Amino acid sequence: MNNKDLLNLIDITVSFEGFLALNKLNLNLKKGELRAVIGPNGAGKTTFLDVITGKVKPTNGEVIFKGKSLVGRKEHKIARLGVGRKFQSPRIFENLTVKENLEISVTTPKSPLNLINKSIKDEQLNEIDRLMKIVNLAQKVDSKAGSLSHGQKQWLEIAMLVGQKPDLMLVDEPVAGLTDEETDLTADLLKSLSGENTVVVIDHDMEFIRRLDSNVSVLNQGTVLCEGTMETIQKDKKVIDVYLGRPED
Amino acid sequence: MSLSKIKFDKKIVLSFWIILIALIIAAPTILPVFRLNLLGRYLSLSIVALGVDLIWGYTGLLSLGQGIFFALGGYCAAMYLQITSSSEFPNNIPEFFALYGVEKLPFFWEPFRSPVFTFLAIWIIPALVAGLIGFLVFRNRIKGVYFSILTQASLLVFFNFFNGQQKLINGTNGLKTDVTQLFGQMVGSESMQRIFFWITAILVIAAWFFAKWVVKGRFGNILIGIRDDEPRVRFTGYNPVIFKTIIFSIAGGLAGISGALYTVQSGIVSPQFMTVPFSIEMVIWVAVGGRGTLLGAILGAVFINYAKSLVSEALPASWMFIQGGLFILVVTALPEGVLGWIQGDGPRNLLQRFGLKRKIETYPSLEINNKEGNNE
Repeated sequence: MNNKDLLNLIDITVSFEGFLALNKLNLNLKKGELRAVIGPNGAGKTTFLDVITGKVKPTNGEVIFKGKSLVGRKEHKIARLGVGRKFQSPRIFENLTVKENLEISVTTPKSPLNLINKSIKDEQLNEIDRLMKIVNLAQKVDSKAGSLSHGQKQWLEIAMLVGQKPDLMLVDEPVAGLTDEETDLTADLLKSLSGENTVVVIDHDMEFIRRLDSNVSVLNQGTVLCEGTMETIQKDKKVIDVYLGRPED
Repeated sequence: MSLSKIKFDKKIVLSFWIILIALIIAAPTILPVFRLNLLGRYLSLSIVALGVDLIWGYTGLLSLGQGIFFALGGYCAAMYLQITSSSEFPNNIPEFFALYGVEKLPFFWEPFRSPVFTFLAIWIIPALVAGLIGFLVFRNRIKGVYFSILTQASLLVFFNFFNGQQKLINGTNGLKTDVTQLFGQMVGSESMQRIFFWITAILVIAAWFFAKWVVKGRFGNILIGIRDDEPRVRFTGYNPVIFKTIIFSIAGGLAGISGALYTVQSGIVSPQFMTVPFSIEMVIWVAVGGRGTLLGAILGAVFINYAKSLVSEALPASWMFIQGGLFILVVTALPEGVLGWIQGDGPRNLLQRFGLKRKIETYPSLEINNKEGNNE
């Protein structure tokens, strides 16, 4: 643990009635880092995000974010501290328009009083315009989010995540169900976000992870099996055994 | 496509307002007092329905206990009327107390001597009670069907309490208001009832504007967000508990106003306002009229109740069957309610079914570019 770290997970254990979803997991993230997290099904990838965002309380261990413990805090408080999350399947508000979805994400402060008697600030409207251009949804401003294609929904959710201005972005399978072209664009988008933001990407898609060109943590059975660049990971014997399998050629 | 839909909605809203205002202005002259009084009562019910639409249609909270807040508002109004009209009774307290040998006014009646307090209490007390119940329930993340059951259980608790307290509020007999005096006039008199009709009509419109103001913009969008995906709202940094408590409290306040207006026009408030079927009926009005439309709630409350009285006059005892049938019809055929059906693609689909309108073969946008193709 050192001061440059944005997030430290220390000996996190999550037990669901005896089943250890996470088992003494340790993970540190530096500010501005882009980190990919991979692992076979059931390795605990989503539970790992649930612990950080407050959805699941760890049975044991400590989550330190910007020097503060997150354990026991409510989800919305953690979100306000600067942890943003994109879900596995796109979770956007389908009955609201694209713009309304983004309004929800960029609005601050997120109190009822502010929402009911003040109109949205100009800089927030500008931010919405900027986000819509980044994710190519400018044409769809007033369309219901439910009418978007799957890829557009994924991007809208990423835009909502960015609009929240979190210090830490947790992105769960952003390219599931996307075309190759969309996948490449998403990888570039995430890469451009890191540096200023700290981004954690969870995915199965090896091509996509390779394109992110970042450090990779491999999870297996609730713990970190191995950490390093894509090349080191691919050569690691343990990783090959549990996850990558033998080279296909 | 979205543009024409917006225009269409505006047309509906505008025509509704023209009809409503014309009706309200014409009603006192064309309707006999008996019918006018009924219309006034049903209009007052539309205010509680607006509240149900806010919490259920927009926020997804199906409350089966709105009768609590409705009755509280009614009791507040009735207590004021009773106490200000009790000067000729023994001990200067409402007549019914003598039946139970009560000689001293229970303490909580005292503030109701003040008209100002009463006007505030009619909506603030139900709003506070709703806020308190809501906060405790929402804080513990009780939702869905558990929330509905809990509200219904609360309703039964209140019903039994009010039903049993003869010495405090005349128990099961309730409090009569029609023979009380307000500003030197009998509340049940024709001229007073006419005034109550006007007040009700104005308050329905005011309540509609208020509800519209609440749901427009970002606050309303958060309510819809909570209805559709509450965890997502949480992870975006909003606390749904506060939003749900506020809207439940607002619905409680509206129910209180509605109950007070209903009480003075029906002449009595009693624990019957807190029976289980009545609170379920409130939900049915909104379901039939159209959830999440506000207008649908008003239309549903007025038309269903008017139909109820007309049917009950012609064929006594058949109303329950018709109401049940109506509900089943709406749930199965018009899940969005009548207004939701009209605003959606309902009328066009119906015309298509009878061959009166050409079917759209593909997506509307493709249809424009490819008028001839694809028709086999």
